Amino acid sequence: MPPGSSGRASGAPGPARVVARGLGVRHASRRAWALTGVDLVVEPGERVLLTGASGAGKSTLLAALAGILDDEGTEVAGELTVGGAHPRAARDRLGLLAQDPDSQLVMTRAGDDVAFGLENAGLPPAEIWPRVDAALAAVGFRYGRDRATQALSGGEKQRLVLAGALARRPGLLLLDEPTAQLDPDGAALVRDAVARATADRSATVLVVDHDAAPWLPLVDRVVQLVPGGLVAHDPGWRPVPRTAGLRLPPAVDGPVLLAAEAAGYTYRGTAQPALAPTDLQLHAGRVTAVTGPNGTGKSTLALLLAGLRAPTTGRVAAAAELAGDVRKGFREPHRWRAGELVSRIGTVFQHPEQQFLTGRLRDELALGPLRSGEHAEAARRTAEDLLERLGLTAFADANPYTLSGGQQRRLSVATALATAPRVLVLDEPTFGQDAGTWREVVALLAEQRARGCAIAAVTHDADLVAALADARVALG
Amino acid sequence: MAEPAVRPSSAATAGAQPRTARWRTVDIVVTAVLGVAFGVVFWAWNLVFGVLAEPLDFFPPLSAVLNGVYLMPGVVAGLLVRKPGAATFASTLAAAVSLLMGSPYGGIIVVYGLVQGLGAELGFLLTRYRSFGWGTALLAGVTAGLSTAILDNSLYYSELGFLTYQVPYTVFTVLSSVLLAGVVGLLLVRALARTGALGAFAAGRERV
Amino acid sequence: MTASLALGPAPDTALSRINPVAQLTAMAVVTLVLLTSLDVVTPAVVVLFELALFPAAGLTSPRAVWVRTWPMLFGAVSVGLVNVWLAEDASLVTGTGLALRVVGLALPGVLLVASTDPVRLADALTVHWRLSPRFAFGALAALRLAPLLVAEFEALRLARRTRGVEAGRNPVARVRLLAGIGFALLVGAVRRGSRLATAMDARGFDSGVPRSNARGSVLHRRDVWFVVAAVAVCALAVTASVQTGYWSPVFVG
Repeated sequence: MPPGSSGRASGAPGPARVVARGLGVRHASRRAWALTGVDLVVEPGERVLLTGASGAGKSTLLAALAGILDDEGTEVAGELTVGGAHPRAARDRLGLLAQDPDSQLVMTRAGDDVAFGLENAGLPPAEIWPRVDAALAAVGFRYGRDRATQALSGGEKQRLVLAGALARRPGLLLLDEPTAQLDPDGAALVRDAVARATADRSATVLVVDHDAAPWLPLVDRVVQLVPGGLVAHDPGWRPVPRTAGLRLPPAVDGPVLLAAEAAGYTYRGTAQPALAPTDLQLHAGRVTAVTGPNGTGKSTLALLLAGLRAPTTGRVAAAAELAGDVRKGFREPHRWRAGELVSRIGTVFQHPEQQFLTGRLRDELALGPLRSGEHAEAARRTAEDLLERLGLTAFADANPYTLSGGQQRRLSVATALATAPRVLVLDEPTFGQDAGTWREVVALLAEQRARGCAIAAVTHDADLVAALADARVALG
Repeated sequence: MAEPAVRPSSAATAGAQPRTARWRTVDIVVTAVLGVAFGVVFWAWNLVFGVLAEPLDFFPPLSAVLNGVYLMPGVVAGLLVRKPGAATFASTLAAAVSLLMGSPYGGIIVVYGLVQGLGAELGFLLTRYRSFGWGTALLAGVTAGLSTAILDNSLYYSELGFLTYQVPYTVFTVLSSVLLAGVVGLLLVRALARTGALGAFAAGRERV
Repeated sequence: MTASLALGPAPDTALSRINPVAQLTAMAVVTLVLLTSLDVVTPAVVVLFELALFPAAGLTSPRAVWVRTWPMLFGAVSVGLVNVWLAEDASLVTGTGLALRVVGLALPGVLLVASTDPVRLADALTVHWRLSPRFAFGALAALRLAPLLVAEFEALRLARRTRGVEAGRNPVARVRLLAGIGFALLVGAVRRGSRLATAMDARGFDSGVPRSNARGSVLHRRDVWFVVAAVAVCALAVTASVQTGYWSPVFVG
């Protein structure tokens, strides 16, 4: 915070002390407790990382700390205080930075958005604008107050949200996986802003993230949420790398199944091509990683390879072996019917929920086989097998939307595999996943590679490239 | 310590939800989201309305069967958010959004949105905001349909025959409203609940 | 659709300096007059003046105009044609009049959206018309999600093709596909809305403290003149209509 700042949005000044004793939380719709036996003391001004696997209850603990647990829907046991008060009473002393940049901004201009929290505190306008400017400066925001929030990158949006939180001079700053939806550059931008803005220890900082390593230089200590409570890690603790002990079946040699020949794409109404003409060959039994900075057309290339868009220059063509008996013998995947496409090229999007179409997991997995013309009984068996292999049999009748992020990711990969396609196209398949899911996805893909599948993976994930890539295409 | 830090674990149990008339922020924003979404639906429906109404021209009051779409936001918001005023807010906002996107009806559409919302609201009021099942959904569909039919008849069709035009027009509007706003509306809310998207609402917790 | 709901900060144009409540008042006047007249001259005069405001709203390139007006033009042309072909006593003049009326009713909305930052609209409504800030800014937050939905629509359509689902030329399949995408969009919007509400509360939106407004909203003399001008245009339109003998008022509609 800037020197000489006086007074807070409201409440007592200074960083807050956080105390949890025997804390447990249960959601009304569930039988099991989401959180039990949590004991934690965070001293004023401390920076603590709270880590743990998906489903360990990190989000629930965070909601409890933020005082936003829904009264109507939860049961709480034990004690939890922020600055000596019930979290609900301490909400004016709280700053929150969550995952999704797009669901945290309210206003259309950067300055207005930072001012939002100060207006809510009833501050007179004359006091608001200096605080807005100071907060924008504190996070290293590079544009003026009038910058349209829509025009910002994900990392810049997160910086702006952080500024909005800091402008209220919080005693406790809660960061909820604030980089999970960002590329590496955006994530670095956010961590840099957090480091700068909290250097003076004017706020207690609690970072919640399953990906511990990047935060280690920034925090004083690490606690890990495990079933039954919290484990405090010693100084110098390092997380086990997710690639440790990973044993994967090797690549096999196979023919080219799908090739981009100077394929490029320009969106209608724009002059600049989204993807410059690109050559790429996908071999059976090999993984090709497509890397490069944002804005070089990686995702667009994935759409062309997946037969979802027609290239505006050059072409994408399938080998006879892949095309098989496609109607009219078309070689370009974008001309195939959806039913033909689904059994030949499987595609996995960055956001799994965009690809869910049915209300039950078993229907979801049977859909692709049915669409490609399989009989109902065969499709049902395929679905059961995949459920079993993914360890999701218990959720067979659950709605896909209700799964956790990691489960959704595994399901979306499985739906693509259900039709046993010869080609897989994946856009950021490991995005935002914890170590457990990461290893499962990588193992699944290696297995497909070994059975002769040609895989294209668009990714920022250096671990994924190191573990799987047999060839690499760098765009930009 | 100003407030006890420990809340008794019996404070909230599944099934017995305390009902408050106070609007939480999530109530406001999600009601508004419904309003915006149906505003876009209105806008699209305005485009196809003329085309769809054409084949119904042999009996003009029959075009009223297309009215049900305009009554959906009120009933859906009422069933989902369950707060007094939700139907009115969502319906009025939907109309305002369709106006901002370019509505051939002009500013009067906001009056319609308000009246249709109040119509749906009446159905929820009659059940005292206590039950949100089929009975309430159908009742709100009826009251919403009546509201817009009465407005249409008095503003546009006051010169036309009561039995030859106004009564059939009202009947078709109410039927359409019951089917689209009431039946489809409740099915939509329940489908949303199954996706887990309504975790913050009583409507999303009942059937899990 | 994309542009008509692209809710960024509006460019600084002449019309964006008119207070939104003045624009809304003018819109109400125009709506009232057009709804009560069923001739061709009244809407023609009103539309003429509305078109004259396009440059003031920053709508100068044909592309910008087309993107914001095509849905309304589509509606206007279909209303005109339907009445010319189907109504027994309708002439080309009546059809044109009805089409112009649709345009005249819709253009104020187009001009408002093109020239007004939604934040200033919320400011004006809460300051001058005493709308509840919680509801006005809650609605604003929801409105901001709309452009995201437009982008997501395309992703969902493509995602369906990857699952083997597309409509082809079958109209029933098309409606089903659209309904499925619409539902997925609604699920996403409700989830986003819930998260947004949490983020807003984390910044004290429901703290119960009376909210201040950092930008304020001021009514100037020019705002009064804008409304006066709208009334004058309507008076001129009705006078012209009466003078030329076309005037054909209805109660409403």
